[in-house]
Amino acid sequence: MTNLINSLLVLILALNLFALGSSRIQSIIHTAAIQGVLLGFLPLLVHSHLNLSLLFASLTAIMIKGVLIPHMMSRALRNVQIKLEVEPLIGLMPSLMLGAIATTFALLFTNQMPLVAEHTGKLIVPAAISTMLTGFILLTTRFKALTQVIGYLILENGIYIFGILLMGAMPMVIEMGVLLDVFVAIFVSCIIIGKINKSFSTMDTRMLSSLKE
Amino acid sequence: MPPLLFGVINKTKAWFAGRTGMPLLQPYYDIIKLMRKGMVISDTTTWIFRFGPVITLMTVFIAGLLVPMGSFDAPFSFTGDLILFTYLFGLSRFFTTASALDTGSSFEGMGSSREVTFAAFSEPALFFAFAALVKMSGSFSLSSMLHSPLEELSIDIAAPLVLLAIGLYIVMLAESCRIPVDDPNTHLELTMIHEAMVLDHSGPLFGIISYASALKLFILGTVLLHVIFPFRISISWVNWLLYILEMLVLAVSIGVVESVMARLQMKHVPYLLISAILFCAFGFVLIFR
Repeated sequence: MTNLINSLLVLILALNLFALGSSRIQSIIHTAAIQGVLLGFLPLLVHSHLNLSLLFASLTAIMIKGVLIPHMMSRALRNVQIKLEVEPLIGLMPSLMLGAIATTFALLFTNQMPLVAEHTGKLIVPAAISTMLTGFILLTTRFKALTQVIGYLILENGIYIFGILLMGAMPMVIEMGVLLDVFVAIFVSCIIIGKINKSFSTMDTRMLSSLKE
Repeated sequence: MPPLLFGVINKTKAWFAGRTGMPLLQPYYDIIKLMRKGMVISDTTTWIFRFGPVITLMTVFIAGLLVPMGSFDAPFSFTGDLILFTYLFGLSRFFTTASALDTGSSFEGMGSSREVTFAAFSEPALFFAFAALVKMSGSFSLSSMLHSPLEELSIDIAAPLVLLAIGLYIVMLAESCRIPVDDPNTHLELTMIHEAMVLDHSGPLFGIISYASALKLFILGTVLLHVIFPFRISISWVNWLLYILEMLVLAVSIGVVESVMARLQMKHVPYLLISAILFCAFGFVLIFR
């Protein structure tokens, strides 16, 4: 079982790098969607015994993160009619390198952390840290509002992985609440992006600082 | 067996495009046809041009002898043969580029420069992968190294193997000039990499080159299969069948990748190869952790 979980988490790490390295917004959206689907399967694997509520929660997570949110973002992308993140703050290659360094440190530092015995063999903590850092890098170095939303989504994915550690202690309701919040936040920001684009004919967040009352 | 892989890849691509496609054995017919033909050799070339393809085929063949096929041990194996393996590929690349440069054509020079540039990225990935496998198995010869993951399938081995498999898959596509890196069917010299280097070769020499590239794909595929499916059964003929089946599945997967992806821009190819290095390096870090 640990083998399967670790393989899944490693795939998530690979998708992180892919999100950092691609310049087409549509493919970053797809990456986030695949990541969401993989994450949905994770709680099913961590828990040894299946019950109906767990299955329901996992299915909802897959639906929202893998289908609904990517669909909304693709529509927003079509509305604003841009395809490429043209000039990020730092280039694709340096951000890929930054992500790689972050992942390496996450892998190395986890050994120093005092973890519960049942989590030591698993890659949950490094995967969570590295996914969160990937989200941060996307949020801070890209200027298109839509890419920043995806960065936020990937950041949330990282927090979700952390949440799996607490799965036994934390009721599923909280996870569902977080999922709902994320859904609403992205729903609203996709609408706002469309409006911003209509009013100012750009999605560049650097322009927002020039707004005056 | 190796040219059959190209046949399967082409058939898969044809199926994706809704065509009937060429017969499965077409690559064999092509090679036989080329072997019967005469050669046109440019006046400006020297002996390197003629010997290049032969040496390429020989080095790739010797490299193939070092790799265990399926569940069987390799004909040759000794401590440290993984370095010989990598640099036999390096030697074959050197002679391909040297014989291309020998013609003095500008297109071939361009092709050679690209080939060598991308090889500089794929070699570290291969070495990281081998280093991880060495650490995993504690042995320095390809034969025992590639066989060992099946014996001790311990807890923390699956995750690094997944990473290595992704990295090696990209390396395999790059080394055998398949689509995200190079388009084997292109007709424009400006977009070619490997094809540009062999423009001047004709007849038997070109047949040798096509066979060598098929063999290269076959050998790298074999290495990859050891990482993807480390399981073997004790009955030997089942193992052979399993191995052939895995190989065909791998060829189909390459065909699928080629059908759904377009060739990357030249300037984006290093990104892909660097990510291959990163995947292999992560696998290495995971094992050392």
